[in-house]
Amino acid sequence: MKMDSMYQEIILDHYKHPHGKGLRDGDAEVHHVNPTCGDEITLRVRLDGSTVADISYDSQGCSISQASASVLNDLLVGKQVGEAQQVQEAFLELMQSKGQSEGDEELLEDAIAFAGVSKYPARVKCALLSWMAWKDATAQALAEAPVKESA
Amino acid sequence: MIHTPRPGAGTASALDTDAIRKDFPILQRVLHDGKPLVYLDSAATSQKPRQVLDAMNAYYEQHNANVHRGVHTLAEEATALYEGARDKVASFINAPSRDEVIFTKNASESLNLVANMLGWADEPYRVDADAEIVITEMEHHSNIVPWQLLSQRTGAKLKWFGLTDDGRLDLSNIDEIITEKTKVVSFVLVSNILGTVNPAEAIVRRAQDVGALVVVDASQAAPHMPLDVQALEADFVAFTGHKMLAPTGIGVLWGRQELLEDLPPFLGGGEMIETVSMSSSTYAPAPHKFEAGTPPISQAIGLGAAIDYLTAIGMENIAAHEKEIVEYAVRRLQEVPDLKIIGPVTAEDRGAAISFTLGDIHPHDVGQVLDEQGIAVRVGHHCARPVCLRYGIPATTRASFYLYSTEAEVDALIEGLHTVRAFFG
Repeated sequence: MKMDSMYQEIILDHYKHPHGKGLRDGDAEVHHVNPTCGDEITLRVRLDGSTVADISYDSQGCSISQASASVLNDLLVGKQVGEAQQVQEAFLELMQSKGQSEGDEELLEDAIAFAGVSKYPARVKCALLSWMAWKDATAQALAEAPVKESA
Repeated sequence: MIHTPRPGAGTASALDTDAIRKDFPILQRVLHDGKPLVYLDSAATSQKPRQVLDAMNAYYEQHNANVHRGVHTLAEEATALYEGARDKVASFINAPSRDEVIFTKNASESLNLVANMLGWADEPYRVDADAEIVITEMEHHSNIVPWQLLSQRTGAKLKWFGLTDDGRLDLSNIDEIITEKTKVVSFVLVSNILGTVNPAEAIVRRAQDVGALVVVDASQAAPHMPLDVQALEADFVAFTGHKMLAPTGIGVLWGRQELLEDLPPFLGGGEMIETVSMSSSTYAPAPHKFEAGTPPISQAIGLGAAIDYLTAIGMENIAAHEKEIVEYAVRRLQEVPDLKIIGPVTAEDRGAAISFTLGDIHPHDVGQVLDEQGIAVRVGHHCARPVCLRYGIPATTRASFYLYSTEAEVDALIEGLHTVRAFFG
């Protein structure tokens, strides 16, 4: 059934048991909304040198936006900022693929479960909400304390 | 010229929905995996019967020309059709004069037109820094934002009626909200999100006592029940065509004649003038004063055909049919565990739109899983975000009904909601 390609088991699992949810200390905080549906997220990024030390968030919204924030936390925490940005760009590309891409599993891991969502224009913004918030917060955190190129 | 066959009018209060549904080609559609379309989103836009589509096609195929100019045959036919649609609207809402019916592109434009007339008007209508504007917390954004703009531009104070916990207007402080300073009171007759039918008489009486103008947003009323602007005693009434079987791109503003004579135009251009020189112009009488530029001609003709269709069935019959459906839907919806209706929980003083929440399941997810079963509902804040804020919810799922809706479709919705719960449970 078509819907199963949107609501993958992995997505429903993350939705029901979100990882890393709740606000903790951070270097930058952003608040993003999806005006068409009222999904909201407050997201904080904490950097430790060039490492993404924590991504904490408080959000409300549909299963897609909630699961996406949980996957974001899973994937990016612990990565170097540069690597995390690559993953973010790959996820953005996947979501803009209109169902034409399966995604790079090595890079995106669980996040490839969202490939099916890219076929539903109305829901792409739900999946991207936390990722765009992370990008914004990370840019702000970097502006506060620029990361030195690690050797 | 254009004939509108009499559609299947039912007997007594019930409509012959089988006959009516045959007039709507789109209702025969089959969606994913052979699921018949269950269209429960008529409050967003209604479907269109073949009679309306035929009228618009016939206009383009046989009579297309610009209106009010040219002496050739087509121009005269097009003008007669366009102005004929105005006659139909006037009769449909019991307007004292056809010249009180202004065609706009939608209800939003109608409401913006009133707000702008009042912003540019001379005394006694002028809304200025000493004036107060009154709206309600259950307005569609189209009846909030134009007044916010007017308030910001003039310094007038914007006030509003709050809501009770059961989805009705809280009029307990009506004398403090509507005061001697109030210049205009604008409210929705039937809420698009809560379904509430508001007690217009009480508000109109208080507004008249203080000499305020009354504007009524009838977008969710005109399609569903008899609308009599004289009985309503409002000064302006706005509604849109596409929610009442007509195409998009055609709306109506009805206004009392003496007001339309006194108030200034908003949009300038062709059609709305009497004479033009390089230094100044004089204006055509209403309604043309407020219809600058080539109007939406085929859309107006479509609205006329829609009114013929609705009138042949009878607005009383449509209202009675919808009341039956709403009574049934309200009862069946409350059988679904964790479902909470946002708005009145009875069919009393209630329109054909029912909003609800379903436990913690986000309306987007509800709508998506229903769509997979062929069921079209609206999800979100329905352009009435203050209502969601008032009830502390991010969004609702809304099912809305019309003359072609059936109890079997309500049953499909209920079954669909059980599937949604099973999926996310």
